[in-house]
Amino acid sequence: MNAVASYNFAYLDEQTKRMIRRAILKAIAIPGYQVPFSSREMPMPYGWGTGGVQVTASIIGPDDVLKVIDQGADDTTNAVSIRAFFAKVAQVATTTHTADATIIQTRHRIPEKALGEGQILVYQVPIPEPLRFLEPRETETRKMHALEEYGLMHVKLYEDIARHGRIATTYAYPVKVEGRYVMDPSPTPKFDNPKMHMSAALQLFGAGREHRIYAVPPWTEVVSLDFEDHPFEIQHFEEPCALCGAEQVYLDEVILNDRGGHMYVCSDTDNCEERREAGHVGSLGVKEAAE
Amino acid sequence: MTALSVQNLSKTFTMHLRDGVVLPVVANVNFDLHPGECVVLGGPSGAGKSSILKMVYGNYGVDAGAIRLQHHGEVVDLATADPRTVLTLRRDSIGYVSQFLRTVPRVSALDVVAEPLVIRGTDKAEARQRARELLARLNLPERLWSLPPATFSGGEQQRVNIARGFITHHPVLLLDEPTASLDATNRAVVVAMIAEKKAEGVALLGIFHDEDVRNAVADRIVDVTAFAPKVAA
Amino acid sequence: MSHDLSNQEPLLRVEGLTKYYGARLGCADVNFELWPGEVLAIVGESGSGKTTLLNSLSATLEPTSGRTLYRMRDEQWRNIYELSEAERRFLVRTDWGFVHQNPADGLRMTVSAGANVGERLMAVGDRNYGHIRETALDWLGRVEIAADRIDDQPRSFSGGMRQRLQIARNLVTGPRLVFMDEPTGGLDVSVQARLLDLLRGLVGELGLAAIVVTHDLAVARLLSHRMMVMKDGRVIEAGLTDRVLDDPREPYTQLLVSSILQV
Repeated sequence: MNAVASYNFAYLDEQTKRMIRRAILKAIAIPGYQVPFSSREMPMPYGWGTGGVQVTASIIGPDDVLKVIDQGADDTTNAVSIRAFFAKVAQVATTTHTADATIIQTRHRIPEKALGEGQILVYQVPIPEPLRFLEPRETETRKMHALEEYGLMHVKLYEDIARHGRIATTYAYPVKVEGRYVMDPSPTPKFDNPKMHMSAALQLFGAGREHRIYAVPPWTEVVSLDFEDHPFEIQHFEEPCALCGAEQVYLDEVILNDRGGHMYVCSDTDNCEERREAGHVGSLGVKEAAE
Repeated sequence: MTALSVQNLSKTFTMHLRDGVVLPVVANVNFDLHPGECVVLGGPSGAGKSSILKMVYGNYGVDAGAIRLQHHGEVVDLATADPRTVLTLRRDSIGYVSQFLRTVPRVSALDVVAEPLVIRGTDKAEARQRARELLARLNLPERLWSLPPATFSGGEQQRVNIARGFITHHPVLLLDEPTASLDATNRAVVVAMIAEKKAEGVALLGIFHDEDVRNAVADRIVDVTAFAPKVAA
Repeated sequence: MSHDLSNQEPLLRVEGLTKYYGARLGCADVNFELWPGEVLAIVGESGSGKTTLLNSLSATLEPTSGRTLYRMRDEQWRNIYELSEAERRFLVRTDWGFVHQNPADGLRMTVSAGANVGERLMAVGDRNYGHIRETALDWLGRVEIAADRIDDQPRSFSGGMRQRLQIARNLVTGPRLVFMDEPTGGLDVSVQARLLDLLRGLVGELGLAAIVVTHDLAVARLLSHRMMVMKDGRVIEAGLTDRVLDDPREPYTQLLVSSILQV
């Protein structure tokens, strides 16, 4: 403890953690409902995941194993920094393996590997209010949630189809939780929406700048909004991952040169590595064993 | 049976903008109107003929008296009826051909004429067909039918107005100088149309300044000067 | 209106409606009934209390005393000030319409015309895009907005078009009662005439009951069956529209009628 003797465990003081835990419990009790909480200043700017960090700090214990991903990757600046932060202020074990983690803090992805009971997924949320786009008044949107007036949400989807011929919203795609609250799943690709449905894991959402926490308890119904004649569908990729050959996973496009060369690779780096270790090879991949 | 019975009707105007001066119009108006007859209100200008007609239609309020009108086998006092009742009476039981047409922007002459039938639930195509027949009979040039009557001449507007008033089968029909701006040919048409209404059993009450027309249509003349209010000494 | 003069029930019953703003009077002791298919004009000059009355009737304002009873679609009479907020908001976006003087107050200016019309359908659970769009197209046609403007935002519309769009947006759910606050105010005269004619046609065709606040007696004459004249918060004269306009009784009504500019 010497190096960080001046910090409480997991950075936040106990009173604050208790306050945040109370908000989390309320959020779990009312799936999809945005619970206000008193967001603290964190040693990082807003937009870097302060909401998620406060949620993680409030639930993490010494025995937890933490994984942090940013757009599916364990090795980007944001993920590395937050992982290092908790390694320092809570001295918890960290991992990049989805299956080994008890808490996974994420920005904009849900891991490909199905989460299990006992795991907690903590989302970093920039704008928690799904109705904000069309109704800027917070007093009005809260009333709309209270009275279940969600027609406006479909106005946005209508506009999509009118303009693009299909629902063009590809991320932050609104969902209805347990048949009651409409919720913004944070800017994850809509590809991940089905994973939220009846997940075995507890899903917590923290919006630091907006002072809101919401939750989807395990085994909760999460339905993506749509029209009868324009049903919800996830993105499909033409080709498999160039490195591990995976299909039915979310892929990022990587530009290879300035002559239009590109490849598609797994956004979930851990999943890709595990597959390659297991011997799967994509069109541009290299056999691990051959190295 | 009487179609309309006007009893002890009196009317004054109080001109608040002229220091509340009270203008007596008529007093103790009494007359009956029977199905199949045409009664003409007679008397010089200013005797109150037009005011009586407007009171009978509910357009002017009355100070005292009753206007008993047959309405689907019942007798209703139009003088004391609430606005909604007056509108129902106008729709079903009492029609009015005013002196001037109140034009509505953008509505064609044909639809202006057909409207009273449409309001009563007649199919729109059928109502328009009836309107065409009437306008043709009144010699309104066909090229005008699809135009709003706002820009028509006085005589043309009046023919639209007559067609609009005659298209329905109101048991009581009020006519306020319907032939004033018509030529001899069209006056004759209107006289014939009035005769047909009488034959159908319609009770007509009218004002006609044109003596030939009056003589041709009137069964009785009610002298309005008899209802002149006694001027306070 | 049926042949029989007595068997039909009113839609709205207003009893002793009074609104004070602190010590200042908004409107006092207003009583009337409104029947299905009937258009009532409330006229008076600025400050006469007509807007206060309209806002109270439409449950936008809570009156100081009095009741406004509305016959709901299930035939139950309810005092609109005793409805829960959920019930009131549902009523407002299904069985009622409100046409604001400034269309920007009644429209979503940043979504397309089609979505503006379709919103109320989606709000009552229509989840079929094709049907919503077809209905929106039909309504745009009825208010004389070209079909190819369906995906344009009302920001790009003229004042008259915006007002017509607002009307379509309100009528799409087949309301039984529509409130209008100076619906032709702020429009050019030629545009006013077109809008009035359109409103007159729609109201007649759909059998709507409407309460129209206006200071323009020509609007009252063209649209309404019945009118109420307000002055200093009180209804000073009421009756059949042509009776009030052609044979006004009260000094103030005579002044109003005689102040109309003749063309």
